[in-house]
Amino acid sequence: MPTEAPPAVVLEKLVRRFGERVVLDEVTLSVPSGQTLVVFGPNGAGKSTLLRVLATLLRPHRGVVKLLGEALPDRAWAVRSRVGLLTHESLLYRDLSARENLRFHARLHGATDERVEELLDAVKLRVRAGDPVHTYSRGMVQRAAVCRAVLHDPEILLLDEPLSNLDPAATELVEPLIGRASGRTRIVTSHDPAGGLADGDLALGLRAGRQVLLRAAADVTVADIGELYR
Amino acid sequence: MYGTRLRLLSIATPVALIGAFLLAAFYAPMAANEGISQKIIYVHVPLAIVTLCGFVFGAIMAIKHLRTRDPRYDLKSYVAIHMSLIFGTAALITGMIWAKAAWGVWWEWREATLVSFLIVFLLFCTYQPMRFSIEDPDRQARYASVFAITAGAFVPVNFLAVRLADAYIHPRVLTTSGSGLTPEMNVAFLAGIIAVALLFTLLWQFELTNKNTRFKLRALRRKLGDDEVAYGRSAAPRHFDAPEAAT
Amino acid sequence: MSATQEPRTTTTRAAIGALLRKELLLERKVPQVIPAMGLFSITTFVIFHFGLDQRTVEGPLAAGVLSVTLLFAAMLGANRLFVSDKEEGGFDALLLAPVDRTSLFVAKVLSFLAFLVVLEIVMLPAFTVLLLGPGPSVGQFAQVVGMLALADLGIAIIGTLVGALSIQTRARDLILPLIALPLLVPVIICLSQGIAPLLAQEGASTLAGRWPAVLGLYDLIFGLLAFAVFDFLLDD
Repeated sequence: MPTEAPPAVVLEKLVRRFGERVVLDEVTLSVPSGQTLVVFGPNGAGKSTLLRVLATLLRPHRGVVKLLGEALPDRAWAVRSRVGLLTHESLLYRDLSARENLRFHARLHGATDERVEELLDAVKLRVRAGDPVHTYSRGMVQRAAVCRAVLHDPEILLLDEPLSNLDPAATELVEPLIGRASGRTRIVTSHDPAGGLADGDLALGLRAGRQVLLRAAADVTVADIGELYR
Repeated sequence: MYGTRLRLLSIATPVALIGAFLLAAFYAPMAANEGISQKIIYVHVPLAIVTLCGFVFGAIMAIKHLRTRDPRYDLKSYVAIHMSLIFGTAALITGMIWAKAAWGVWWEWREATLVSFLIVFLLFCTYQPMRFSIEDPDRQARYASVFAITAGAFVPVNFLAVRLADAYIHPRVLTTSGSGLTPEMNVAFLAGIIAVALLFTLLWQFELTNKNTRFKLRALRRKLGDDEVAYGRSAAPRHFDAPEAAT
Repeated sequence: MSATQEPRTTTTRAAIGALLRKELLLERKVPQVIPAMGLFSITTFVIFHFGLDQRTVEGPLAAGVLSVTLLFAAMLGANRLFVSDKEEGGFDALLLAPVDRTSLFVAKVLSFLAFLVVLEIVMLPAFTVLLLGPGPSVGQFAQVVGMLALADLGIAIIGTLVGALSIQTRARDLILPLIALPLLVPVIICLSQGIAPLLAQEGASTLAGRWPAVLGLYDLIFGLLAFAVFDFLLDD
C-alpha cells in the first residue's frame, strides 16, 4: 500500500514580528506535495513576509514551519537547495550579463553551466545572454530571474506575482518552468482574483497579518477575494 | 531587581561614596609637589576603570544576546554601554583636570593610558548613532551586539598597541604618582573603585527596572486591546517578548 | 525523492571561489573602487605637500603620510564594498544558496585585499616620485612592502566587517569611517612606527621585530573575531 507523501509545507501558528508590530499572526496551513497555494491580500498584509520566511530568509519568531518535513530554522540549511524564490527583486547584477549572473548562481547552488544554457534557451534569452542586464527590458529581466529561480531544480517554488512584466508570449515560455505544468509545489501571491483562483488548488487570504480565509480554491469566489481589500 | 535588593543597593551606594570621599580627602597623603588638586586622581582612576569594565561587561552581555537571542541581554548590554559612556566622559574630564594639576598641560600624548582610553571612548561614541540609524529593531539589536563584541575585544588590543608606541619613542616619563603607591593611597583607590562600581551598578539597575516596567506596561495594554505600539525610531531597545523555545 | 536523501550543500571553497570571481568580474567590468582609491591617494599626496609645506618627507613624517593616505583611501573603498550587494540583491542571492554564510566574509576580505594591493602598485611609485626624499635600498623596500601587506590584511578585515555592518544603516557612508578608524589605530601605530626607520634620510635602519609581530597579532585576533560574528550580520 503506497504511503501518503507528507505535505510539502506545514505552518502551525507562525508568528513573525517587526519590533512590537505583528506582521504574521498565527498563520496555520498545510500544502500537499505538488499543489498550488494562492495567497491574496492587500499591500502590507504579510504576503511577501510569508514568502521570505518560507524561503528561509527570515526566522519564524514563534510557531512551527516545516518544509518537506524539515523544521525551520534549525534545518533551514538542509532544505535551501530544494526551494526556489522569485520576487520583485531579480537578484541579478545589472552590470553583468544574464549568462554571467546565472553562472554565478549556478556555482553557488552546484548546478552546471549546461543547465544555465538549457534554461536560457527555454526562455529564449540565448541571443542576448551576453549583454549586461541593465540593457534588458523588464520582461527580459523577469525571464532571466525565472531562470535563476529554477536553476537548481527546486521542489518548492515561492513566487511573488511572477507574471508581472510578462507579455502573453513570455508567460507561455515560463509556464513549464514555474507554472502548474512544472508539477512542483507552488506558493504564489497574486493581485488577480480570477486568474489566481484558476491557477491554484488552495487559497489563502491575509489581512494585516491574520489569515481570514483558507479554503480550496474551487470553493472561493472572486467576490470573497474582493472582501479582503475592503 | 526590585524591592529589597534594590533598596539595599540604594543605601549601600551613598555610604560607599561618602566613605571613599572621606578616605581620599583625609586619609590619603598629599602628594609632595602637586598639592591638593592632585587628589582628583582618586575620582579619575575609579571612573576610568569602571568605564572600561562597563564596556567589557556590555560586550559579554552582547555575546549572551547573540547566543540566546534573548532581547533582555540586549537591553542589559545597551544600558551598560550607555552608562559607561557617561562615566567615561566624566573620566576624561577629571583626567584632563588631573593632567593640568600634575603636569601643567590639559592633554599629554605620552600618557599611554589616557590616550588609549580616548580612542576606546571615541569608538563607543558611535554605538548609539549606529543603533539609531537601523530601523528594524531586531536587526538593530543584533548589529549592536556585533559592534559591542568587536569594540570590547578592541579594548585590550588597543591598550597594548598604544603602550608599545609610547614606550618605543619616549620612555615613560610621567607616572601616576611621583614616588610609587603607599598603602594609604591603595586603600583610598580601592574605596573609590568600590564606590564608583556600586554607583554604576545602582544606576544600571534603575535604568533596567525603568525600561522593563515600561515594556511590561505596554504589553499589558496591548493584551487589553489597546493597539499600543511604539512608533518612530529609537536607539534604545523597546520590545521585550522573550523568545519561545522551538516546539 | 526519498526523504532520507542527503541535503545538497555547496562546499565553502566553491562558494568562496564563485563569490570572489563575481567580485573581480564586477570590478573589471565597471571599475569603481580601484580608480577612486588610486586617484584619491595621489590627490592626497598633493594636499599633504601643500598642507605640510614640505618638498620632500622622510623618516617618521614619510611613514605617517603614507600610512594615513592608505587608511583614508581604504575607507573610500570600504564604503563601496557592499553597495552593489545591498542594491542589487546580492545578499539574498547568497542567503538562498546552500552555502556557509561566512564564505561571503572570506571572499570580500580577499577581494578588498586584492584592491588594496592594486592601489599600492599605483600609490607607492607616486609617493616615491612626489614626496619621498631618501631612496630606500631594495632590502628596505621589501620590508616596507611586507609591512604594508600585514597592514592591508588588517584593513581588509576591519573594512569588510564594518562595511557589512554600516551598509544596513541609513547613514552608511558617514558611519563607516567613524567606527573603522578608531578600530584601525593599532594598525596605523604599527605601520608608521615600523616603516619610519626604513624611510629615514641618514642611517636608515631596519624594521624592529615588534611591529610586524603586533600587527600580525592584531590581524589574527580580529580575523578570528570577525569570522565568528559575521554570520550574525546576515541572519534575520
